[in-house]
Amino acid sequence: MVEMRMRDALREALREELLRDERVFLLGEDIGLYGGSYTVTKGLLDEFGAKRVIDTPIAESGIVGAGIGAAMAGMRPMVELMTINFSFLAMDQIVNNAAKLHYMSNGQINIPLVIRMASGGGSQLAATHSHSLEGMYAHFPGLRIVCPSNPADGKGLLKRAFRDDNTVIFIEHTANYSLKGEVPDDEDYLVEFGKATVVREGTDVTLIGYSGSVHQATRAATMLAEQEDVDAEVIDLRTLRPLDMDTVIASVKKTNRAVVVEDDWKFGGFGGELSAQIMEQAFDWLDAPVARVSGKDVPMPYNRNLEFAALPSEEDVVDAVLSMF
Amino acid sequence: MSTETQTPTTLRGLTREQADHFLHQMVLIRRFEEKSGEMYTKGKIRGFLHLYTGQEACAVGAVNVLEERDKVITHYRDHGHALARGLDPNRIMAELYGRVDGVSGGRGGSMHLYDVEKGFLGGYAIVTAHLPLAVGLGLASNLQNEDFVTLCIFGDGSVGEGEFHEALNLAALWDTPVIFFCENNLYGMGVPFQQSLSTEISTLAEAYGITTENVDGMDVVDVYHAAKRAVEHCRAGSGPYFIEALTYRYRGHSMADPELYRLKEEVDEHRKRDAIQRLRSEMVEAGWLDDAGYQAVVDRVEREVDEAVAFADASPEPALESLFDNILAEDARG
Ligand SMILES: Cc1ncc(C[n+]2csc(CCOP(=O)(O)OP(=O)(O)O)c2C)c(N)n1
Ligand SMILES: [Mg+2]
Repeated sequence: MVEMRMRDALREALREELLRDERVFLLGEDIGLYGGSYTVTKGLLDEFGAKRVIDTPIAESGIVGAGIGAAMAGMRPMVELMTINFSFLAMDQIVNNAAKLHYMSNGQINIPLVIRMASGGGSQLAATHSHSLEGMYAHFPGLRIVCPSNPADGKGLLKRAFRDDNTVIFIEHTANYSLKGEVPDDEDYLVEFGKATVVREGTDVTLIGYSGSVHQATRAATMLAEQEDVDAEVIDLRTLRPLDMDTVIASVKKTNRAVVVEDDWKFGGFGGELSAQIMEQAFDWLDAPVARVSGKDVPMPYNRNLEFAALPSEEDVVDAVLSMF
Repeated sequence: MSTETQTPTTLRGLTREQADHFLHQMVLIRRFEEKSGEMYTKGKIRGFLHLYTGQEACAVGAVNVLEERDKVITHYRDHGHALARGLDPNRIMAELYGRVDGVSGGRGGSMHLYDVEKGFLGGYAIVTAHLPLAVGLGLASNLQNEDFVTLCIFGDGSVGEGEFHEALNLAALWDTPVIFFCENNLYGMGVPFQQSLSTEISTLAEAYGITTENVDGMDVVDVYHAAKRAVEHCRAGSGPYFIEALTYRYRGHSMADPELYRLKEEVDEHRKRDAIQRLRSEMVEAGWLDDAGYQAVVDRVEREVDEAVAFADASPEPALESLFDNILAEDARG
């Protein structure tokens, strides 16, 4: 085990995969000379050269499409898109090609492609750079949606993503990049998709988060324990597709209450999906309706106070929990 | 031979009044940007801040050819364009602070300045996203016989996006009065533009049948004349016009840029082409300016920038209850 930050853990994963498999290469805007907009790829150009770490023009649709094409030809590319908002420019390639080619070709074509992007607010980057759209990607069948909350998962899930025969949308919360944690240094260390973790065990309520919101949920659980004598269980989904409902349902059957915590908008968001599935699978165990703590229903404002008000907080989680008793 | 020089009435086609105005605006932008950088370091401004120092001649030369009815639409490196368009420096600074008196009420920040009354239709932080909008503005100008021209400013990084090509084709196809003004500062973040493009930028515009010219983007007079030709072309109904201005940004891409991709010597080399010093020395040569005159410009700008900071500092934070304001327009049908 080595202690490292999320960004370094992700870089380790990329390094190890580049070393392990010749078919792996990286495409992206400013991943080389600049060192990566969040420094995840820093140093990789020097180490692996310009054939495997390719600085691209600003052309999201083009580079995702090229990644798909290279994957069709048997390679294992990764495309970095800086920020999830820029992935909108590549939506057609992601949704109409990457997510569907395997199905439309009746299994003849695989698209083993990793698309990395940063998401999340909290840094005052305003409405064009701050959203959390994991749930939007989770809407599409044919994709894997991965959203780690800590360095160990970051590394293990990213390495696992390169072994997948499908397109993996790998979403990194900007607030997590500097987060430190113990990370296995074994190069065969992988984290399986579709396995949620119980971050904190509890008996009174289940708090469900992913990516950045796991931390709000965890802080809220601490507050609940210290101030309200409520013992909350916290679940980190880690991947939205595949989704580990077994872990969620087992927990809800124990605690009889569930709160979904996410940065994304509530309306049409992933929390609605979770809440519906909990209702479908554990209705009789629920002592209260499933609650959702989400980002407010607005584009992200620049002003710090407004942005803060637009994002869910641990206090919001505590309030939601207390209102269930 | 007499060395007595008669004060000329024009400087490469600029009147003295214009030259004074251009000098003032360029110094204002320079100082405004330096101050913004300072305020960022102090934590007064946050998020992404992209400074415009080095590129002043582009904004000042191009924006000043426009009439009041014309429009400006630009990218996120937008403070210089906003100042050149006459937006209130106080309100721009307040926006960078995220305050209620900011041009976007504190919601937009540095990258998203808007002042519709001034025909300033925004800074756009999704690279190239505003080029199709410029085409739409031009189309509306034609369809409504409004005779306004749209100046659309973007960086060299835009040319790799599909939307760039779609916009140029549409603009040419529909003969829209749009000036595509490319500020080629040699880099898109850390990628040298030659590494992003398989040909020359102007070649692309020509390929769409758009009249194109290249100018020295660090010479405000050159930029001004090119932009003037562009406006005349658009007003005459001859369709879009494309200008590639070769320039350079002195600071990093944003405040977060460690500038690993270029050497300090390269930056110093470009500083020798500095647009402010160039105009200043030409004005001195013309007998239009002396050291005291230049100092007066600097002093005036210092006061303006200090006032902007004081205004921003004094401006209130937006009320929390305003969070949900303006998500949708009020329906006029009631
Ligand atoms: C669609 C999209 N992709 C990527 C980015 C990230 N990004 C912001 S600015 C920039 C470089 C743009 O360079 P250029 O157009 O040359 O303008 P400059 O910054 O040099 O003024 C990049 C890649 C973005 N904002 N939007
Ligand atoms: Mg540039």
